Parts: sequence; structure tokens; C-alpha cells
Amino acid sequence: MQINLALAQITTKLGNVQANLEKHLDYIKQAEAQKADLIVFPELSLTGYILQDLVSSVSHQPTDNDPVFKPLLEASQNLDIVVGFVDEDARHRFYIASAYLSAGRVLHVHHKVYLPTYALFDEARFFARGDSIRAFDTRFGRMGMLICEDFWHASPPYLLWLDGADILLFSSASPGRGLSRHDKLESAWWVENVNQSYANLFTSYVVHSNRVGYEDGLNFWGAATVHDPRGERLVLGPYFEEALTMATLDLNQIRRTRARLPLMRDERADLVHKELTRILSK
Amino acid sequence: MNIDLSIHTDLARKILTGFIKSEITRFGFARAVIGLSGGIDSALSCALAAEALGPENVLAIRMPYKTSSPDSLVDAEKTATRFGVRMETIEITPMVEPMIQRDPQISNLRKGNLMARSRMIVLYDQSQAFKGLVVGTSNKTEILLGYTTLWGDMASALNPIGDLYKTQVWQLSRVMGVPQSVIDKPPSADLWQGQTDESDLGFTYAEADKLLFLLVDRRYSVEDCVAAGFKKEFVDQVVERIRRSQYKRMMPPIAKLSNRTVGIDFLYLRDWGT
Repeated sequence: MQINLALAQITTKLGNVQANLEKHLDYIKQAEAQKADLIVFPELSLTGYILQDLVSSVSHQPTDNDPVFKPLLEASQNLDIVVGFVDEDARHRFYIASAYLSAGRVLHVHHKVYLPTYALFDEARFFARGDSIRAFDTRFGRMGMLICEDFWHASPPYLLWLDGADILLFSSASPGRGLSRHDKLESAWWVENVNQSYANLFTSYVVHSNRVGYEDGLNFWGAATVHDPRGERLVLGPYFEEALTMATLDLNQIRRTRARLPLMRDERADLVHKELTRILSK
Repeated sequence: MNIDLSIHTDLARKILTGFIKSEITRFGFARAVIGLSGGIDSALSCALAAEALGPENVLAIRMPYKTSSPDSLVDAEKTATRFGVRMETIEITPMVEPMIQRDPQISNLRKGNLMARSRMIVLYDQSQAFKGLVVGTSNKTEILLGYTTLWGDMASALNPIGDLYKTQVWQLSRVMGVPQSVIDKPPSADLWQGQTDESDLGFTYAEADKLLFLLVDRRYSVEDCVAAGFKKEFVDQVVERIRRSQYKRMMPPIAKLSNRTVGIDFLYLRDWGT
């Protein structure tokens, strides 16, 4: 089985959800025209990133009576869609969220678990932390979603792997930083390295969709990637430019790699559990 | 200790031209106005703006005072010609002179500030007439050292080179084709004859940039910098300059009274809604 994947690295209008929705629908049409099965948008793709006091005015619930999600859910009749948005729960807590939409339904919502609040980041000031990391079933197999800082920590991808995800969908609004004599920003270098490493370590597909554009002085570097279960990079989107990057994921590659390299089979989650229990009881 | 400040110039150029284009066009503008002094910082900003917006959309303005060096005017013209941008010359002498005449005791510092702020007035006026935004020309070294005039040369709508140390400004300028005479001459505010930045500051940009890089970018302590080979007095002097000039890098504090105060907890980016 194959997945025809579309990675939508877009720029957004800060706080203008309607304009961003229109861009989503346009990219979804383009992806459909290229026979995509799944399109993945970046972190906070419906809202923009440095929201600060805009947070409460851009939140939406992923339901079919929500004016923003209604057209997206309709569009998901033709292809599966991952979008980034601000989720508001019944107690009016706001989360950085990704929703997986398929056949008119919301299959899964992930709330960002790790909110960077240091250096240029201030997320925990404005958002609540997510408190679960779960894989979920799709028509292409079991997947897991993480958002930016979530995968700067090693444990969330590991947990998704143990929970059965063979395809990891990562989304980011990663501000470019760390210019040196190298041809890549330090932030881009770091993210590309860890994505490749996770694909290697978990013998899984690792998909990364990262936004482009500017917000005040910040740049976002794009360069969407897919790494296959061997750690090989299948595609690389352009740096800094909007693009729809297509990739074909051959799911049989998971079987071939794991037949050779049974890291999944040999993983000792029980040992991790035992040692974690000991460490946490100190 | 080897402190490497060199940058990947293609990457810097890509990010900075994209920044200029984004931060001007998202507000419905297409054009930029830049004060061209004949020095390297404004030459680099001009080169980046011309590449980002097209040279026809950049207005470079020379604003000499009667004591300005003729070389500055020539170098500014060479820069404008090199990058194909429009150039105008607006003398600030008639603006500045009446203020200077009022006080025979006026210091060089006050004169310099009058000139810098008069140039700001000209740029913002031309910005309205040309329907372009003022592109800043302050580099990271002078911003950190406070070697700037508040509401003068610090004033701009956007600044593409404010995160580049002087050393890096030189490196990128060479690649962008800034005229050789602009690159080669000693940096100067050109407020009086023979003035140079490095004699004003009492140290060289090469030394200061390496130290600032450790202190600011690498988060070295004073002790770490001394261990890395810098003289304690020099480190203390630079740290104190940074601290004393913090006010120049901020909007003035507003005294908080209400539950929501501009500048404190009314938090929106400039790019809000765009």
C-alpha cells in the first residue's frame, strides 16, 4: 500500500482565520488535483504563530457545526487533512492543537504537550499544556501527531511508537535562528537531524510539515521532509518559500526494514517501565 | 580562542531580502526610503532593499551637513549608482544651524544628536511623500553598545541588519557588491572632520564584535570572557555600555494603572492581522 502525501508549507496571516482557511481550501484543491490521499499543514496553520493576546479570538472547536471546521470536514471526504489550530475546551482552556480529519470526521486531536517558554518562546504564558500522547488508527494504518517542541523531547515519539504508530506526523512553526558559516540555520539543522534519527530509531515514517513566512522579525524556514523507515530522506521542500511538496510513502518499506532490523520487536518497554518507576520513586 | 563570526552570506541574503519584502508589502506598501550616509551600514541596507523590492522602489537620500566629508557624498552616490536606486540630496544644514547658533557652548554630542534627529525628520517626511517605509541601518554592534542616537539613526519602520555585527556587515557587503571605497574606509559618524567610530569607542570593531558575540550570543559570563583571553577592564567597559544603553533599545515605560496597559500586557505583534 502507498500513501500519496502532500506537505503544505504555507505562510499565514496572523490572527486572520478566515483568510488562512481560504488558503487551506486552495491548497487542498491543489493536492486533490495531484491525487493526494493526505495533506499535512504546519503548526497553527489556521491562525499564525505568535498569537499572544489574539489567542482567545482565534480559537475553534473541531466539530461540523464550527464555521471553520465545517468546510474542512467537507473537504476531508476526498482526502485526509491535518490542520493546526487553537482548540478551546469546555472549561475555556486554549491549546495549540492538530486535528486529523478523514471522511467528514475528526479522527484525532493532539494538544501540544511541551510548550516552549524560554528565549524567543512564550507559549505557556498563553496556552494550556496537553496531557496525552496517543496513536490513532487511520485508513492507512496507525499514526501519531506531534507539534514542534513535542519532538524536541525524545519521549513523545517513543510513546507513539510503543502505542503502535508507524507513521509520525510532525508539524512546526519553527523560527529560523542560529546563522553561522554553515549553509543551514542551527534550528533547521537540529530538526532535520532529529527527524532522520527518529525514522532510524523507530524504523517508521517521519513526516515533517513546517511553515514559512515572517512574523515581525521572525522567519520560518519551511523545508518539509519525509524520512522513510531506513532514515532516508524521500523529499525536501524548498527553504523559506511556500510550496506543496508531494511524496509517496510505500508502506511495505516498514515491513522490509523491520524484517532486517527488528528494533520494534526487541524493544523492552517493560524494562523502561520498571526503571522509570524506580527513577520516579526516588 | 578562535571566535568565528563568519556567516553563510547566501542564507543571510535570502532571509533578509525576504524579511524586507514581507514587512513592507504586508502593510500595503511596495517601496522603501533609506538614508544613505556613504558608510557601509546604509550601503548594505540599500543593497538588500534594492534586491528585495526592485531598485526602482528604493529612494536613497543623502543628507549632508555643511561639515560632512565630501567623500561621504561621493561614496553615497557610488552606492546608489551601483544598486540602481533613485537618489536625492537634502541638506540638513538649514534645519540644524539655528539650533546650534542658539548656544555657542553646544557640545559635539548635542550637535551629533541634532543632525541624527534632523535626518530622521527628513526620512519620515520623504517616507510619506514617496509612499515607502523607512528601512533602518543600525547594526548589532552599535545597537548593543548604544553608539546610536535615540529617535535619530535608531528610528525606522524595519531594520534588516540589526542582528548582524559590524564584522558580518563587512562580510555580507563584500558579497553584495558594495563599492570598494565604502568597504575600505574607516567607519565614521562623520560629525566632524577626522572622526572615526573606533577612536570614539576606544576599541576596534574586530575586538568588540568577538566579545559581544561571547557575551550576548554565547551567554558567557564576565569571568568566562576573561578566561577566553579578553582583558577584564575591556569586558567590564563593554558590559557597562550595554547596561547603560538598554533604554535606547526599548519604548519608554508606561506607568501602569489599569488592568491592561500598552507596552506591558497589551500584547500583539506589529504584524497583527497581516
